[in-house]
Parts: sequence; structure tokens; C-alpha cells
Amino acid sequence: MENRKVLLASVQMARFVARGSLRLDAVVPEQMNAEALTALAAGVPPVPYGTPLSQAYAKNSFVRRLLELPQVAGALHSLVGPEPTVDHHAVHVREPHGGQAQPLHGDAIIDVRPDAFDVQLMYYPQAVTLDMGGTLSVPGSHLRRINESDTGRYQNLRGQDRLVCPAGTVAFLHHGLWHGGRRNDSDTVRHMFKIRFNPAVRQLRLWNTSDLDDPQVIRELDATFPWYEPATGRLERYNRVLLWRALTGDDRFDIDYWVTRVSNRPKEAAI
Amino acid sequence: MTTTSDSGRRPATATPLLRQQVLVLYLANSALDSHVVGWSQYDGAGHTSPTTGDGDEPPYESGLAALQDGWRLIQASQLIPPYPGHEYDVSFLKHEFFFEQIVDIQREPGVGSR
Repeated sequence: MENRKVLLASVQMARFVARGSLRLDAVVPEQMNAEALTALAAGVPPVPYGTPLSQAYAKNSFVRRLLELPQVAGALHSLVGPEPTVDHHAVHVREPHGGQAQPLHGDAIIDVRPDAFDVQLMYYPQAVTLDMGGTLSVPGSHLRRINESDTGRYQNLRGQDRLVCPAGTVAFLHHGLWHGGRRNDSDTVRHMFKIRFNPAVRQLRLWNTSDLDDPQVIRELDATFPWYEPATGRLERYNRVLLWRALTGDDRFDIDYWVTRVSNRPKEAAI
Repeated sequence: MTTTSDSGRRPATATPLLRQQVLVLYLANSALDSHVVGWSQYDGAGHTSPTTGDGDEPPYESGLAALQDGWRLIQASQLIPPYPGHEYDVSFLKHEFFFEQIVDIQREPGVGSR
């Protein structure tokens, strides 16, 4: 796929590192959203685990065209690089007034890679209102070490994100982000299409780094969220610094000395 | 004359049918009067059906506020030192407090002994 790509800026990447997600509102054109409801209802042929992206979806297929949209392709490249592999995909349907909310969970199994991550693309072809039970996610939860639905006891967290979005919205989630489909209390069937991507290259400066020194980068990385206990929130920043160091290759990067201070073990004897 | 309860075993007017309602509050630190960062509710009386992502505002601002409203604290998280080598790991919420109230399901919803 060598179509035009709109790469993310450093400020957007920093926001992803802090929040664990990136949202592109109404990025898919209206006519494709209308087409999606039919295409997704018909089912998307399965793809073997680990299929390179260029081989996963037929040319001119709906999914291929979705992934070739410049903003979608650029975000995907920025996050996991060129030619990622497709882990799996799924069409999620929430029936009206049916089913139950999913327990809050992280997908797959506990995954503590410090210097690599998968992303999950979530595409919403129709406008999602609050009572349609859009995806619940918890900003800044992606670096927490938990296994799948062990977090099911948590019903609500301050600052949680109950998705409400316009048609054609695409979100990218870090693999560790806590999320769950909410109960659909509306009269409308809700659709969501998800693809998980694995990187095939080292995730090192894959985005447009021309604004790497923008002060907003640090402000984004330093974000706190209302559900954090203040003490653990400091550890969140510590872990974000380590991830940003891995993504930029700058092993001296820090925020407010959080990592530097506790790594300082001088070896030189006093004279 | 007495009527029988839904279980068919107890006279409804003589013996209350007690059920437990549970409130879980996640607090900002280990103090019971620190502010709420997360919450869950389970209703053994069946009056309500709380679920994941059903609200953005907590029922109380602190654990103390729940006590003042009559909830009884039945469990609090222990303070456990980090495992060596994992001092910077982040995982579950640390400050979890379980509360209960007991309600008589033969009475009007919300009228119970806490």
C-alpha cells in the first residue's frame, strides 16, 4: 500500500502514549459508511494470523479502501510502521435492548512488552449516541499490568470515555487499553469493525517528528486522569517516559526528573 | 391472617426477607475520607441492575460520605509493599473499600436497614 499517508505529529503520538488511544472523527466518507453496513453484515473473510497487510485484503475491497484512506494509513504507519501484520479482525454487533455490557477488559492476554505494542483499529460506520452503548474505554490504562477481564469488577472510573462519535470515526487503541462494549439501550443496531495489527519493524520514530521539540509534547506526556490514585499516577508518568524513550531512541528523555532521579547511582568515588 | 413470601416458607408479615446490597468504592489513597476515583454496585435485592459504564458520576464523593449515609464498611484493601523488582509496575487500583447495606425486599425499594 503506497498510497498517500498523513503521518501523525509528535504531539499526537505523545497523546497516544499518555492516553493509549487516538481518535479520528468522521474520517471515513459518508458513502463508504453507507457501504460498510452492507459489507460488514455480509462478513469479512477471515485472514490467517500474521498476514502482511498488503496481502490481507483484496484490492478494491471495502476494508482495503478503508485502510488506504490517507489519515487512516498515516496513523497506522505512525503507530506500527510499514507493512504491519494482521493479527485478526472481527465485526462486532450490539443488538438494540439486547445483551449485557462487557466487563472492562484488555484484549488477548497480559502483554507487558516495554518497547513494542500492537494497535487495534476500531471503525464506527454509523453515528454512535450515548444510549447505543458505544465502546467504553479508560484513558491512560494501557500500561497497567492486568490480565484480560480481571478488571471486570470495575464498573465506572472517573474520567472514563463512553464513546459518542459521528459516523465514520476510526479509533486506534494500544493493545493494553481497558475497554468494553456497553449495553445498547437504544432501538438501533450498533456496528463496529475491529482489526488488530502487529508491528513488523522496530517502532522507532515512525511518525512526522518535525515537532519533536514542541513543548506540547511534554505536556501531553505529563497528562493525568481523574481515575488515577495520585501516587500511582506518578508511576504512570515514569512508565510513559520509558515508552517515549523507546519510541524516540532518546534514552535521556525525562519529565520532571521522574526516571533520572531514581536511576542515579554514581560510580565515581569522591576524591 | 398472614401471607406467605415468594419462597413459600416464611410468613411475609412476621419475618423480614433480607438481602445484601454491595457498594465498592475505589479511593485516591488509603484513607477512607479520600475522594472516590471509581465505583461499582451490586444489588442483591434486585431493585436495580448496575453495570459496566452506566454512569460518569460516583454515588459518593468519598468513603466517609458513604459511611455518613449509612453504608457499613465490611472490607478494606491491605497495604502491601511492592514486590522487589516491580516497584514501578502499575496494575489494579490499590485502595478498594467494600460497603454493604441490608434491605428487606418485602418493604418498599430503598427502605432498608443499613
